[in-house]
Amino acid sequence: MSDTILSLTDIEAFYGDAQALHGVSLELAAGETLALIGSNGAGKTTLLKTICGLIERHIGAMLFDGANISGISPNKIPARGIALVPEGRRLFPSLSVEENLLLGGQVDRRGPWNLGAVYELFPVLRERQHQPSTSLSGGQQQMVAIGRALMANPKLLLLDELSLGLAPVIIKDIYALLPRIVAEGMSAILVEQDVTRALGFADRFICLQEGRVALEGEPKAFTREQISQAYFGT
Amino acid sequence: MEWVNAIIQGILIGGLYALFAAGLSLIFGVMRLVNIAHGDFIVAAAYLAYVVVAATGLHPLVSLVIIVPLSAVAGYALQAGILNRTIGDDLLPPLLVTFGLSVILQNGMLELFTADSRKLDAGLLDIQNFNLLPGVNIGYMPLLMFVAAIIVIAGLQYIFYRTSLGRAFRAVSDDGEIAQIMGLDNRKIFAAAMALSFGVIAIAGVFLAVRANFDPFVGPSRLIFGFEAVIIGGLGNLWGTLVGGIILGVAQAIGAQIDPGWQLLAGHIAFLLVLAIKPRGLFPRIDG
Ligand SMILES: Nc1ncnc2c1ncn2[C@@H]1O[C@H](COP(=O)(O)OP(=O)(O)OP(=O)(O)O)[C@@H](O)[C@H]1O
Ligand SMILES: [Mg+2]
Repeated sequence: MSDTILSLTDIEAFYGDAQALHGVSLELAAGETLALIGSNGAGKTTLLKTICGLIERHIGAMLFDGANISGISPNKIPARGIALVPEGRRLFPSLSVEENLLLGGQVDRRGPWNLGAVYELFPVLRERQHQPSTSLSGGQQQMVAIGRALMANPKLLLLDELSLGLAPVIIKDIYALLPRIVAEGMSAILVEQDVTRALGFADRFICLQEGRVALEGEPKAFTREQISQAYFGT
Repeated sequence: MEWVNAIIQGILIGGLYALFAAGLSLIFGVMRLVNIAHGDFIVAAAYLAYVVVAATGLHPLVSLVIIVPLSAVAGYALQAGILNRTIGDDLLPPLLVTFGLSVILQNGMLELFTADSRKLDAGLLDIQNFNLLPGVNIGYMPLLMFVAAIIVIAGLQYIFYRTSLGRAFRAVSDDGEIAQIMGLDNRKIFAAAMALSFGVIAIAGVFLAVRANFDPFVGPSRLIFGFEAVIIGGLGNLWGTLVGGIILGVAQAIGAQIDPGWQLLAGHIAFLLVLAIKPRGLFPRIDG
């Protein structure tokens, strides 16, 4: 067995009085890629945000790299080695492409990623480095969002709906680069609406349904029907 | 020539208004906080200068080397200790708290310094001038004020767009949640912005004190000039703030030239006109 990098036990998360997660547990091994699937509102984004410390009201144990990360403030998260590519990209509009990347890199963790490496992965960003991030196409913006997260040289990369709002051919290009992105022992949690694509890429999956784990395991261990039942709850 | 003179003097006064406004603009740009006590803090800085000058005998402008850092530290503490608690989705709590601070400051200054009006003496700088054109004399002090405004705004602009602190200011203002998970401590960034704003407040306060008489209650009227300059120029645009200050100063000078009683009114009318024609100000949007 490889080392566990992330271990969540009975996570419950709340928005005000509304509970979004009802006791979610998961284990992630170092170097593993986990697909997190589930229909709209299942709680995928909430789970990633909870890991990042962005959901103040939560209970349950969260261990990352052997240390407790429950209740630490979100600005300490990147230094621990966790980076998020948020749903909808959320680049900083008043920052240029390069400034967005530099902001991601300000935690100054050692590792393979720096401006040069990101530009090598996404050459088009080098050409656009001085442009405002809002002037880019959706696919290029997603590259900036990925690059910004990589700049922190994370051990765990959280990817929330990479394909959201992108044309199929662009999605294909980005997924073609994913193996280079999550290489070198990096672990990843991949949230995706496109279940086939996510399962095709990941080592293991977890399907959430209304804030609970409905199914988990290796993709090939289940039939399409079993997975779609867990997904839709029918 | 009378008119040319009036307009040139108006432009120079515009620099002072821009100094009143720059700190306001900066804070609004970074954290959407409208500091109602901004004008009173300028007056407080003027009194601080008064005390420092009285105690040390320094020239008022030289006293800036003491007052600017002191004021910046006070700004940092104010933000970290009080205002950070009021910042959130709701714009009302910071408005109420800074309004309360304004009342406290005015009455505190009244207790400490009485209602007598004061002025700082800048010596020869105050009275000397040079002849630019026939009939147009430029005082060294107004000119210095204008140059100071340009330097301050250029400096803020540089910090905002060319330094990592400025990058953090913009990121936190764009999306505070994501800025945090990039490792920024929003509260510290806000406090740094307030420190910077208070540095500018100190400069504005010293110029206020050398230019004219001041008493504990002149803050709100400075705040109005500052607001008007910020809004004429376009929220969050620093060079726009300078242009806003100049428009205000020139409008007042023209008004005063027609009838001395119209000076302030003309400024407010210019402000309303700009607002009517371009509700978002002349140069909305921050751009690098
Ligand atoms: N900011 C919020 N305030 C209140 N409730 C929220 C908030 N964000 C999400 N929720 C609720 O929490 C639940 C889980 O939402 P979440 O965004 O985690 O789902 P998701 O699985 O990411 O969905 P999607 O596929 O649409 O992105 C939903 O019922 C949603 O309505
Ligand atoms: Mg989501």
